[in-house]
Amino acid sequence: MYVLVMGSGEIGALVATSLWQEGHLVSVIDTSLENLRRLPKGLQENAILGDGVQEENLRRAGAEDTDAFVAVSSEDIDNIFAAQMASHVFQVGRVVCRIDDPALCQLYSELGLDAVSGAEALSGLIFQAVNG
Amino acid sequence: MYIVVIGAGKIGYNLSRSLLRSEHEVMLVERSADRYDAVRRELGNMVTAGDGCDEETLMRAGTARADVFIATTGRDQDNLVSCQIAKHRFRATKTIALVNIPANVRLFEALGVDALVSSTDVILRRIEEELPVSSLVHLMSVRSANRQMVGIRIPSDAAVVGMSLGQVSLPADSLISFIVKRNGTLLPPDQDAILASDDEVVAVTTSDSEEILREALTGTM
Repeated sequence: MYVLVMGSGEIGALVATSLWQEGHLVSVIDTSLENLRRLPKGLQENAILGDGVQEENLRRAGAEDTDAFVAVSSEDIDNIFAAQMASHVFQVGRVVCRIDDPALCQLYSELGLDAVSGAEALSGLIFQAVNG
Repeated sequence: MYIVVIGAGKIGYNLSRSLLRSEHEVMLVERSADRYDAVRRELGNMVTAGDGCDEETLMRAGTARADVFIATTGRDQDNLVSCQIAKHRFRATKTIALVNIPANVRLFEALGVDALVSSTDVILRRIEEELPVSSLVHLMSVRSANRQMVGIRIPSDAAVVGMSLGQVSLPADSLISFIVKRNGTLLPPDQDAILASDDEVVAVTTSDSEEILREALTGTM
């Protein structure tokens, strides 16, 4: 599977690395060169420096041929925009979008986006741990 | 009408002022504290501080009772998300978005924003109209028909000079509306109307055919 990951912060790097180690073809796009340089060597070869909210950058990153698009930068609004572009402009079959703000996460889930809230996931885990 | 405007930048601020002058009720939403303070001194409680992508802020701004919701910030992603919240959370009747990057128009259209204003396109067209060298100018877009209304000036060396309209082969999806003669008189698009140099032909066409139409009326062969 070819997966395009937008955002190379802690979460993006982890997601990209795990997918890559599973044998998928993975490209990462990020606005920060510093972030991209922290990726494992093999992933750096396919890294793209640029803003994923711009259609031309997604195209350059191969969005037309990608099987899955994962928007996990730290900016909710950028993730939402890029994820919708991936599904409506590039017709990517599988799109996952990180939205930390719970209200926005709820709205876009209702609108059909596969939205994941970091805050909700974490608090859920902590809640479970506290409850034993 | 009650109109909510997101972003008190150059566009949002001036738009709000002209809406107020036309006696509309306006609520302007601005995220930056400095800009909010500056605008508040002039517009008083018609400005509210907050993020236009925040549901709570939009509720405070009265989006639920807005007749029109307009997002005018310089960031397309913010304008899109604002309009989507207004539409899906507050059932806004009409959402209008400023699109800063022309390539994003398609996405906004696909996601059901009611009306788009592409700032780059608007400015390009105004400049085009002022340039004497351009033989085709965009007059307006007819979005419901997916057509553009254009004006094409016939140069003196064009092959169609002296021909009747019926003799010119035009793209099938283009329709001549009228012809403006050099002295300003209007001619209906009759098949036997004779084309002359410096006539302006006003036509409705698609973006695909616009270049073919231009070539048909201005080409020298």
